[in-house]
Amino acid sequence: MTNTFEPTIIGFTCNWCSYRAADMAGTARMKYAPNVKLIRLMCSGRLDPTFVLRAFSSGADGVMITGCHPGECHYIEQNYKALRRFLLLRRVLVGLGIEAGRVKLVWASAAEGAKFASETTTFVEEIRKLGPLNWGRKDKDEGGGMNDEAEDKNSSFIIHNSSFEKEVPA
Amino acid sequence: MTAKPKFAMYWAASCGGCEIAVLNIHEKILDVDANFDVVFWPVAMDAKYKDVEAMEDGSILLTLFNGGIRNDENEHIAKLLRRKSQILVAFGSCASGGCIPGLANLSPADEIVQTAFNTLTTDNPNGVYPRVSVNMPEGELHIPKIFPVLRPLDQVVDVDYYMPGCPPESHQIAAVVDLVIKVVMGEAQLPPKGTTIGAGDSTVCDECTRARNVKFIKEFTRIQDVAPVDPNLCLLEQGIPCNGPATRSGCNARCPSAGAQCIGCYGPAEGVMDYGARLITAFASVIDAKEPEEIERILDGIPDPVGQMYRFNLAGSLLRANKDAWKAR
Repeated sequence: MTNTFEPTIIGFTCNWCSYRAADMAGTARMKYAPNVKLIRLMCSGRLDPTFVLRAFSSGADGVMITGCHPGECHYIEQNYKALRRFLLLRRVLVGLGIEAGRVKLVWASAAEGAKFASETTTFVEEIRKLGPLNWGRKDKDEGGGMNDEAEDKNSSFIIHNSSFEKEVPA
Repeated sequence: MTAKPKFAMYWAASCGGCEIAVLNIHEKILDVDANFDVVFWPVAMDAKYKDVEAMEDGSILLTLFNGGIRNDENEHIAKLLRRKSQILVAFGSCASGGCIPGLANLSPADEIVQTAFNTLTTDNPNGVYPRVSVNMPEGELHIPKIFPVLRPLDQVVDVDYYMPGCPPESHQIAAVVDLVIKVVMGEAQLPPKGTTIGAGDSTVCDECTRARNVKFIKEFTRIQDVAPVDPNLCLLEQGIPCNGPATRSGCNARCPSAGAQCIGCYGPAEGVMDYGARLITAFASVIDAKEPEEIERILDGIPDPVGQMYRFNLAGSLLRANKDAWKAR
């Protein structure tokens, strides 16, 4: 079976370390998976968990958060704050059925272009294994989203239309 | 004499507490009766859906709609009342953000039905399950079908105003009733569409009188395990997960002033897109640890992260439901 799934990944980078690591990976012509769409923040401490939830609800399959190594934050210790948010957010995501592996926290200094590139490629492969998330949308291979399983005795009682999209009035 | 403006109130997936809160405005309820013609209010008076269907579109001035949209009957009435009403208010936490009924979005609908009809403690020896239609000598009877997830009102129809609270505080309801009466008299203007009314713009912390110092904690503890709870110190600083920092003001910090933690019934504060995200940020900020293992140990003190972050807002949050619930097939 051919796997044509290309994960969509949103990556948050900090202006001072990891964005420069990504920059370095680029200028050094290092090859890494092209699936990551990078968003530059001034600091990983700027990462509001809303951004991650928004990414998932808008169709991202994985979210990568990157920042300076512990102890090396440009703003003294905001990356520790990012770490604490990340760990709590991951627990909430797991509670909502999102695999823990769909979020990743990577520390990369401005000199670590190679690390940034390899971590990105690894993450893309991990997400590829997990498959599409497609949050709130009907899976393409599941037909119309209605339940045809006649043996389920509740099936007639439950409407199996599992899409979040609001009906547009005619 | 011109006819009085029409008023309606409806309950979808809710507990009925909102109706009690409305009656709890005491003698103000006489003002409602004096100024409005109550045309539809299933909990308080007899009316049929067909009576509402027969009304002219837009003929009801004010509809307070409480409860989330769990089944196709809820949805039908939501759309019907939207057509018939000039002002549709998502009244209470269920209609605004899903509230407790919205926590059912953590489980697939099949599981919910199983839990209701087939658990050890359920007396259902013949394995009776609901059926959408059943033939009786008098004719065919129908019950509503349930949706895979519960939706707040604004995910189904356009909503003019939101009024949060579980239930909304009576003094806030009274203030809103006063405002609408003034608008009818031509003495006041309605706020812009989409506004949250009957609540503040800030957070519960802002109304809370407990002392706040520098917040750093080494442990989260459930309030029942803290003895004694300091009556004057911020609960979060005592390690009690208190949802005040993310929750909209308007209740006068009722729970914290009574010695209980805020659980977030007034929903997200102004400008907050996702309540849980704001609360994650707030909780992460007070944890006094830098090592992942130590942070994880402290986080173990919040045994139910989703319940803590989204008790009143899951259905209205960015992710809305557990994956198993909306993926259910």
